[in-house]
Amino acid sequence: MNNQLSVKHLLGIKELTTEDIQLIFKHADEFKDVINRPIKKVPTLREITIANMFFENSTRTKLSFELAEKRLSADVVNFSASGSSVSKGETLIDTVNNILAMKVDMVVMRHPNPGAHQFLSQHVNTTIINAGDGTHEHPTQALLDAYSMREKLGDLRGKKVVIVGDIKHSRVALSNIFCLQKLGAEVMVCGPSTLIPKHIEELGVKVSHHLEEALDWCDVANMLRIQLERQGSGNHVANFPSLREYSMRFGLTKAHLDRLDKKIVVMHPGPINRGVEITSDVADSEHAIILDQVENGVAVRMAVIFLLAAKIKRN
Amino acid sequence: MKPTLLIDQEQFRLIINRLCYELVENHDDFSNTVILGIQPRGIYLAERIVDTLKNIVPKAHVDYGVLDTTFFRDDFRRREQPISANATSVPFIIENRKVILVDDVLYTGRTIRAAMDAMLAYGRPSFVELLTLVDRRFSRELPIEASYVGKAIDSIDSQRVTVEWAHLNKAKKDRVVLHTSAHNE
Repeated sequence: MNNQLSVKHLLGIKELTTEDIQLIFKHADEFKDVINRPIKKVPTLREITIANMFFENSTRTKLSFELAEKRLSADVVNFSASGSSVSKGETLIDTVNNILAMKVDMVVMRHPNPGAHQFLSQHVNTTIINAGDGTHEHPTQALLDAYSMREKLGDLRGKKVVIVGDIKHSRVALSNIFCLQKLGAEVMVCGPSTLIPKHIEELGVKVSHHLEEALDWCDVANMLRIQLERQGSGNHVANFPSLREYSMRFGLTKAHLDRLDKKIVVMHPGPINRGVEITSDVADSEHAIILDQVENGVAVRMAVIFLLAAKIKRN
Repeated sequence: MKPTLLIDQEQFRLIINRLCYELVENHDDFSNTVILGIQPRGIYLAERIVDTLKNIVPKAHVDYGVLDTTFFRDDFRRREQPISANATSVPFIIENRKVILVDDVLYTGRTIRAAMDAMLAYGRPSFVELLTLVDRRFSRELPIEASYVGKAIDSIDSQRVTVEWAHLNKAKKDRVVLHTSAHNE
């Protein structure tokens, strides 16, 4: 097995090879061991400085990245778009170059525009990790989802995963599809037809509009959040009649799980809208591995940062 | 150039036995001692030592763990080929216990320094010793010496010492070999 990633940045899962993903998982195993020790820190990245730039809101991803960086002993600076010069009209390239001028080695960025990371990687000289770009990709989430599934089910080859909910507005869905397919799993997307992009079958995924049908088929159900903020302005929900109707047809309940003659794994990338896409009793049940996902998130992000930092040239 | 045989199978067995008796001399029944093998290749030696100790002192219970030094090394981003992490498994606390670090070849001493850092995550040992099968003496870059040495050898930087294990190689023989690369001939 190769010891290094084939890429210099983590822009999306699409650019990774299966070997890259396996290498990240192998290191995540070791980092998971590290964060469960009495001393949760290793000194590896003490000469690396990382800027976390969040042009869009985030709680757990930002926290998870920051913890991952600190447990690797990297220096961390945080930047959020609100209250910065971005509101004064500074361009993205200028903002990033200014931060890099302060000798920052790596940028973890979330940005509302799809492709912002790709664009930036062509114009500035630094290592970039995508922490979510609009509705495009969220690679570390997909990696931690697949890692959590693998931990629960073993090898993912031939496993069946259904992603339920707002596929159209979800960067988690796209990254998950790429990641699971590279690991040999079969993927189905499920939701109301207004929330499923047209021609998504081209990616090699199955499509279903019935939750029961999808649950009968799958080993894992990944319940996505209904992104109220991306459904038009305010609380106006444009793609389905009402939240109540959505939750009646696509919300996962205990009754669904009891009806199955097998045990499926239930996942959710968070934050949960309890009672909309998933009921409280399911979210808190033994089927759900939602908190394992959060724990694994730190280990997987440590692995990604470590492996990319290994490729930064010393000068 | 043909590799030179440094330790053949019979010598190998004798050396392992001698090292074990030296350990028994200093650690009695191993009740307050732990053995930590250093990844990746020190673990084979550590396993062999633990197995042999069980034969010599059947009533002893030896705590054995493996330690990976990858995240503690001082040559991160300085190597041509990055090193890949291996498993660490220390299922006990080493606070106030005697630790014997085990690695197959002692060369610059940098791996051992990293191992001592990695070890401290599991507590503060009362003292630490180092056991090595081959000591490439006069090549240390740090003030580190082994407490138990299988065989001390003289070698130059361009040479390479490999420890081959019977259960891992085709010849099914335990042995230690010195390789000299062609351009030095």
